[in-house]
Amino acid sequence: MNKAEILVIDDEVQMRRLLEITLHSNQYSVTEASTAKEGLIMAANHPPDLILLDIGLPDKSGHEVLQELRQWYTNPVIILSVQQQEEEIIKALDNGANDYLSKPFRTGELLARIRSALRSAVTEETDPVITGHDLEIDLAVRTVKKKNEAVKLTATEYSLLSLLARNEGKVLTHQYLLRAVWGPGFINQSQYLRVFIAQIRRKIETDPNRPEYLLTESGVGYRFVNKE
Amino acid sequence: MQKFFLRKIEPWKQYLYSIVLVLLVAAVCYALTPYMGYRVSALVLLVTVSIIAVSYEILPVLIAAALSAFIWDFFFIPPHFTIHVASTEDAILLIMYFIIAMVNAVLTYKIKQIEKLARQRKEKSNAVKMYNTLFNSLSHELKTPIAAIIGATDNLQAENENLTADNKKQLVNEIAKASFRLNRQVENLLNMSRIESGFLQPKKDWCDVGELLYEVTRRVEEEHTARHIEINLNPALPLVKTDKGILEQVLYNLLMNAARYTDADSLIVVTASYRQRQLLLQVEDNGNGFPEEEMHYVFQKFYRLKDAIGSGTGLGLSIVKGFTEALDGTVQLQNKITGGAKFSIQIPAEYSTLKQQP
Repeated sequence: MNKAEILVIDDEVQMRRLLEITLHSNQYSVTEASTAKEGLIMAANHPPDLILLDIGLPDKSGHEVLQELRQWYTNPVIILSVQQQEEEIIKALDNGANDYLSKPFRTGELLARIRSALRSAVTEETDPVITGHDLEIDLAVRTVKKKNEAVKLTATEYSLLSLLARNEGKVLTHQYLLRAVWGPGFINQSQYLRVFIAQIRRKIETDPNRPEYLLTESGVGYRFVNKE
Repeated sequence: MQKFFLRKIEPWKQYLYSIVLVLLVAAVCYALTPYMGYRVSALVLLVTVSIIAVSYEILPVLIAAALSAFIWDFFFIPPHFTIHVASTEDAILLIMYFIIAMVNAVLTYKIKQIEKLARQRKEKSNAVKMYNTLFNSLSHELKTPIAAIIGATDNLQAENENLTADNKKQLVNEIAKASFRLNRQVENLLNMSRIESGFLQPKKDWCDVGELLYEVTRRVEEEHTARHIEINLNPALPLVKTDKGILEQVLYNLLMNAARYTDADSLIVVTASYRQRQLLLQVEDNGNGFPEEEMHYVFQKFYRLKDAIGSGTGLGLSIVKGFTEALDGTVQLQNKITGGAKFSIQIPAEYSTLKQQP
């Protein structure tokens, strides 16, 4: 039984009602706010386990809410946006959002993202071994196995893969990955990222053209998922 | 012919040309007076003014009329080089000349005005007709799924005990289908308005076209579960610098089009290659192809083939064209000799020399 508390900050009544029903029926407890101001007060009075935050609020932009929240709030925040707002999404992720969903989204996707965000909030840095159905990444001894066979990765490939795997389920933006793996001078060299992701996929995916672990978030970044 | 006369000539050129023409004709007539007499010259000048009246505005024509009357009087009617007219006959001729030239100018002007008005009226009624057709088809496209959603929810809300569990499931299914359809149409309209507003600014970044092809293909195959799309990818395809989101929409629309309008057993192939700084993408099928006489129109906004099956807004291919052009590219459609249609997209794009690296 989930007991996690989720705060929904969205100005659309219809959206709030839908989210409330969806989340309630999946054993989450839900509180709701329709404005940025209300949302910030509610979050401060009773910090929830996760916040669903709409980017387009009437009184204040979701980005500002996020910045204010992130001064003290460490639990996951998932951004809700309308489509074709890649820049907004990247900005939100850079400002500390854990994930995003574009409206209209599927309920299954929403629940998966919530589960994943809550899980990573709890298990951060505890388990050094990430196990997929045919993939195993041991962060302690720096080895990767595919179908129980060792996969040879270069140092750069490994640091890229392990960074994504440590943040399982979370989108990491292009710039973030480039800065973390290659260094601050490389944040505009997105071709490195493309080439290395393709290389890693050839080594760890059963079908590199239809990846199941390393997923592309078009225009935003990459995400490691582990369906187990 | 009509086009030629109606072609707009700049006003100052009209004045210049009519004056020059009158002077030229007068000079020729002057040279020929010994052979044909000065009265015939009047007729020749009159014809000249009439010709000017056909294609020019009223003011240059009136000037030509007055000028030619003056020239005829001054150079042709004896005594020469004065405006004095010796014989009564010539005086009457001169007055008549002037009146005929003026009437000619005014009449031609009036006819042209009437023609212009008729043309405007016809254009306006065509535009209204076109707008009505578009509006009807668009309202149909948007209202049909909305009607399905409202109807199905009404049924579910009525708690009619005659509704079986199976019925309910079907109704929910209809709601789902209708909302996806609505979502697609709205997306098309939003894309169209992005093109029309001129705010569509490509954000170019390095793009793995192979990855893109597989992503788009998967999306199309999810919506048309029975269809298989073959991907023909040059393994040496380099990364190219382009706007992935825009390119994705172009490919998605082309593939959806092919999947919707060809038989379930026909083959759809998408090909990508890079040549001479150009990214080449082709989407072909072995369906019936396009009717030759309609091929010029298929990229027009809201245009649908005369015998188009099923519903649609006629926006898909116009978005393909608009988005391709936003990337400075071109799109071409041809029917293959072996049957079926082939869309070819050509987009200028930088390529990356970066290969596998440790």
